[in-house]
Amino acid sequence: METGGTTVKSEEADKNGEPLLYLSVPQIKIRSFGQLSRMLYIAKNMKLKEAQACIEANRNPVAKILGLDYNIISEKIGNSFVSNILDKITKDDDSESEIKMKIALQLKQLDLHLLNHSLKHISLEIRLNPGTVKNDIELLKQFSGKGKQTVLESIEYTSDYEFSNGCRAPPWRQIKGEICYVLVKPHDAETLCVTCSKEGVFLNGGKTDDEGQINYERKGEIYKDLVTLLKEKSAIFSENMSKQEIKFSEQPQKDQPNEAPKEEVAITHKASVTSRKSTQEKNRINLGRSQLTKRLEPSLNWRTSVSSKESRNTLRDTQVEKHGGKLEKSRSSVSPGRAQLIRKSVEKIEEIISDSSSESEEDEEQPDHRQEANADLPSEYWQIQKLVKYLKGGNQTATVIALCSMKDFNLAQETCQLAIRDVGGLEVLINLLETDEVKCKIGSLKILKEISHNPQIRRNIVDLGGLPVMVNILDSPHKSLKCLAAETIANVAKFRRARRVVRRHGGITKLVALLDCGKHSGEPAQSSLYETRDVEVARCGALALWSCSKSYANKEAIRKAGGIPLLARLLKTSHENMLIPVVGTLQECASEENYRAAIKAERIIENLVKNLNSENEQLQEHCAMAIYQCAEDEETRDLVRLHGGLKPLASLLNNTDNKERLAAVTGAIWKCSISKENVTKFREYKAIETLVGLLTDQPEEVLVNVVGALGECCQEHENRVIIRRCGGIQPLVNLLVGINQALLVNVTKAVGACAVELESMMIIDRLDGVRLLWSLLKNPHPDVKASAAWALCPCIQNAKDAGEMVRSFVGGLELVVNLLKSDNKEVLASVCAVITNIAKDQENLAVITDHGVVPLLSKLANTNNDKLRRHLAETISRCCMWGRNRVAFGEHKAVAPLVRYLKSNDTNVHRATAQALYQLSEDADNCVTMHENGAVKLLLDMVGSPDEELQEAAAGCISNIRRLALAIEKARYS
Amino acid sequence: MNRKKLQKLTDSLTKNCKHFSKFEVKCLINLFYNLVGEVTERQGVIIGLDRNAFRNILHMTFGMTDDMIMDRVFRGFDKDNDGCISVTEWVYGLSVFLRGTLEEKMKYCFEVFDLNGDSFISKEEMFHMLKNSLLKQPSEEDPDEGIKDLVEITLKKMDHDHDGKLSFADYEQAVREETLLLEAFGPCLPDPKVTACVHRTETKTPYRSSSPGLPGLASDQMSHIHLQRTPSKRERQPRNRAGPYL
Repeated sequence: METGGTTVKSEEADKNGEPLLYLSVPQIKIRSFGQLSRMLYIAKNMKLKEAQACIEANRNPVAKILGLDYNIISEKIGNSFVSNILDKITKDDDSESEIKMKIALQLKQLDLHLLNHSLKHISLEIRLNPGTVKNDIELLKQFSGKGKQTVLESIEYTSDYEFSNGCRAPPWRQIKGEICYVLVKPHDAETLCVTCSKEGVFLNGGKTDDEGQINYERKGEIYKDLVTLLKEKSAIFSENMSKQEIKFSEQPQKDQPNEAPKEEVAITHKASVTSRKSTQEKNRINLGRSQLTKRLEPSLNWRTSVSSKESRNTLRDTQVEKHGGKLEKSRSSVSPGRAQLIRKSVEKIEEIISDSSSESEEDEEQPDHRQEANADLPSEYWQIQKLVKYLKGGNQTATVIALCSMKDFNLAQETCQLAIRDVGGLEVLINLLETDEVKCKIGSLKILKEISHNPQIRRNIVDLGGLPVMVNILDSPHKSLKCLAAETIANVAKFRRARRVVRRHGGITKLVALLDCGKHSGEPAQSSLYETRDVEVARCGALALWSCSKSYANKEAIRKAGGIPLLARLLKTSHENMLIPVVGTLQECASEENYRAAIKAERIIENLVKNLNSENEQLQEHCAMAIYQCAEDEETRDLVRLHGGLKPLASLLNNTDNKERLAAVTGAIWKCSISKENVTKFREYKAIETLVGLLTDQPEEVLVNVVGALGECCQEHENRVIIRRCGGIQPLVNLLVGINQALLVNVTKAVGACAVELESMMIIDRLDGVRLLWSLLKNPHPDVKASAAWALCPCIQNAKDAGEMVRSFVGGLELVVNLLKSDNKEVLASVCAVITNIAKDQENLAVITDHGVVPLLSKLANTNNDKLRRHLAETISRCCMWGRNRVAFGEHKAVAPLVRYLKSNDTNVHRATAQALYQLSEDADNCVTMHENGAVKLLLDMVGSPDEELQEAAAGCISNIRRLALAIEKARYS
Repeated sequence: MNRKKLQKLTDSLTKNCKHFSKFEVKCLINLFYNLVGEVTERQGVIIGLDRNAFRNILHMTFGMTDDMIMDRVFRGFDKDNDGCISVTEWVYGLSVFLRGTLEEKMKYCFEVFDLNGDSFISKEEMFHMLKNSLLKQPSEEDPDEGIKDLVEITLKKMDHDHDGKLSFADYEQAVREETLLLEAFGPCLPDPKVTACVHRTETKTPYRSSSPGLPGLASDQMSHIHLQRTPSKRERQPRNRAGPYL
């Protein structure tokens, strides 16, 4: 260094003789990178300031460093930039330009590096800013307009004035972080008034009427950006958006290069270290852009980028964290990529046919919700990554060690499960299953078994083709290997796609074969003959079958593979671990008619009943559930009684802590009580009182069954008395206001059954139960409607002042008459029955006649349904009592079809029809119609019936017809 | 060897070896002499399989490849350390090797892995045994780093008393927790497929056949052994048989 007065020069000089470092207060000139870095090093704490000053002083460093040519070149797009320089080099073959090019390339690299580095920092802090929002809106504007291809009809700012900071919100709102307000008109919704704020995007109160002011109040959830909000609010938007996505993502890519050089210049200023603040500002534009690009990518990667961004955001503060939670939820409904959607729909089509109703909630495809905050990955992640590396690159000894060590992690923890997946461990583990190494297979399965408790991992395993390999392992001679494979299959096959894969690869047959554990030991009558290992294999097989048996086609496959006798045999063992999956499978399968028959044939009920007495709650639950499924059949119900199953069921009612078990037990009781003998038994065991006690404070699943059981019990007088005495009517009536369809059907049935008793009816009336029943006629479910209508019949019959009561329901009669327009036979029959009861009151009959009951009934006359026929005929005969209704029925052509009812096989129909015809025959024209349709001969037969009512009605009708004929003859000859 | 002596040998071996039946022992003895060849019995000359012959058997029949491990297995068989395996050692060794209980196998494996016989498996020994177990990645600076790490992982997993080496107690505890670790440092037992074969043949075939052979090995596997040597009259018999032995 040379010091001279106020100046300092370096000894080194460039080829023109200028010193490389020249300091003359207050300026310093540096002409080489070496000196620059030394200077910055000396600056120490002041580094940032120095660097900033340096950059500010040199507005265009590239030009300064490399000469003007490069400045122009660098404005051009990346690739051509390099090739241009290469051209130049080849042209003049000059060492200087080669060095320059190298520097240029290095600068570019440095620039990229800086960009990436600073992006990481910035993205931690950034949420929405005016730039992002503006970009979003501009982009959406380009794609909105009239026509179906566009994503939106229009999108506009509420204010044209833009503040210097890019915001459009008035300053007093800007304080709250609001950026601007947008009016969005989607194709399929009202105009939305949206607030974009730094926190996110949300709907506000909209424009108020006076002077176009905006109601700033937040009205909806906060979304992370405009696109997400619109996707949520408008179906067409999200649909068209996905079409546009490809275009979108292409476009910013084109834009990028134009923008990149600008930034490149901006950032190359910061030769070595940059002030973070300035970078941040410069990068914002770019970030906004890149965020947009990412968001619009149609692939699944998109999701990761969004979620990573989101989780970073959640780190910010608690308030935002709260929103983050919401955002994540809202995203989950929108985000699954299109590919997944398509796949799902394809699957659906296939699966609709093959799957039964016992699919659980869990079957829904769940979107990934993993956290991907690189910042705080747990140490397990890195350890697991290392182990996976050894798995990949190790021989079998190293593999086994790595597997054993991996097993020591807490694999129940989601972080570990996902860590294994994220570093590509699943592929390796599945790959290991295809090798010949038994030890590796065992180790791998042990891990897969644990991590497959995670629903996402299950999907990944299926996607990677793990199931067919495991199915193949089921053939292995190694018992422990078989066990592990079956257990893993049991875990994986929790969703339907997996179950289908198992079936398609012949897994069901193999699993059923595993059940056959007594193969070598002859008659497996005694459990001691079993070798524990064999039992274990069978248990695992049953476990896997249990999972698989949730699909209809799999149930069929199990049956075809001869699974039922094997399950029946296993049921005779006394291993609790074994019994649970076996009974679970049976219970799952018993939803099928075939199975119920087979279960009966295999004498399984006996063992189910036996296991009801077990100590294990889960086992009890599944046994009760299986009985519930099977007891649809009368013979089975008797078997349950004969094997003494009712008593344990009744005693299990007293333990109400385990709700699942309670639901299963009450279900079994419900189905069993369909048989009268069983009801008597239950009464003996005081089960009815207990059931009444269960009418309150129980979950719906339990209530449905309890009420169903009570409904069955109520068919007998004694039980009705018991229920009334125990105060069961009040809670029953209270349940009439529920919304659960199954529950309502059962409750109405039970209430209806109680209403048969006069005293009970009084209680029901007092509790306003009839009105509640009547309002259930408005329920959208036909089952509920029909059931409510049936329940109304005894109510109307037994209520005091029934006519007055019925009239007191405003619009009630019209409602009932209009139900005759339903197309559900059961509803029609029940409504006919209600009308029959209503019509007993003359005044009400007059009202319903005015509501047009006659043409509606006449329209129904052409039916083949005997139940409907019977009630319809009864109603018609009842309605004939008013005014000229008889004639009206004739006019609406109801008579001829009625005559045909006499050909039915049902005596109830005969009786009702004969009575109706008798009433109708009071009108001469009707007699003619009847005669023409051959009623006389049919009625003559009816006269010979043992049923007196029928006799009487038939005879009356004939006499009416005959009288008419006589009168005509008389008129003719006189 | 005369018939009487053979009978006596068979009896004494059967008495001391609980995993093989008398018939199996007889077969093994026959096989042993076939493998050794017709060496005239002279005083002072030990009859037995030398290291090479034994390694050949391990390789061909049991699919072992690791030289070091094979040497160690030979040591494991050669109880009296005289450099060759006598008929007694042969039968006893195979009894553990093929049918041993977990305890016996643990003891045997530990001996195999304890290279210097100090009844500890040290880090160095582990490193030595695992050094070929990882694919060398050219990118890594220190190619041994992976192995060292693997040794650390193993120690973490198995060294329960944290003294930096494995005692038999450590090893036993680890294996009882996770049987896969029985052959933690290299395969020194027959491939499970072969063992499975043993179990299968045993359960299926009633044991009253008369041909000599290695108990529980299918004939095709046996033929490997026979092919190693010039066939003698006695050996031709088993090869003609199609079915499994025993």
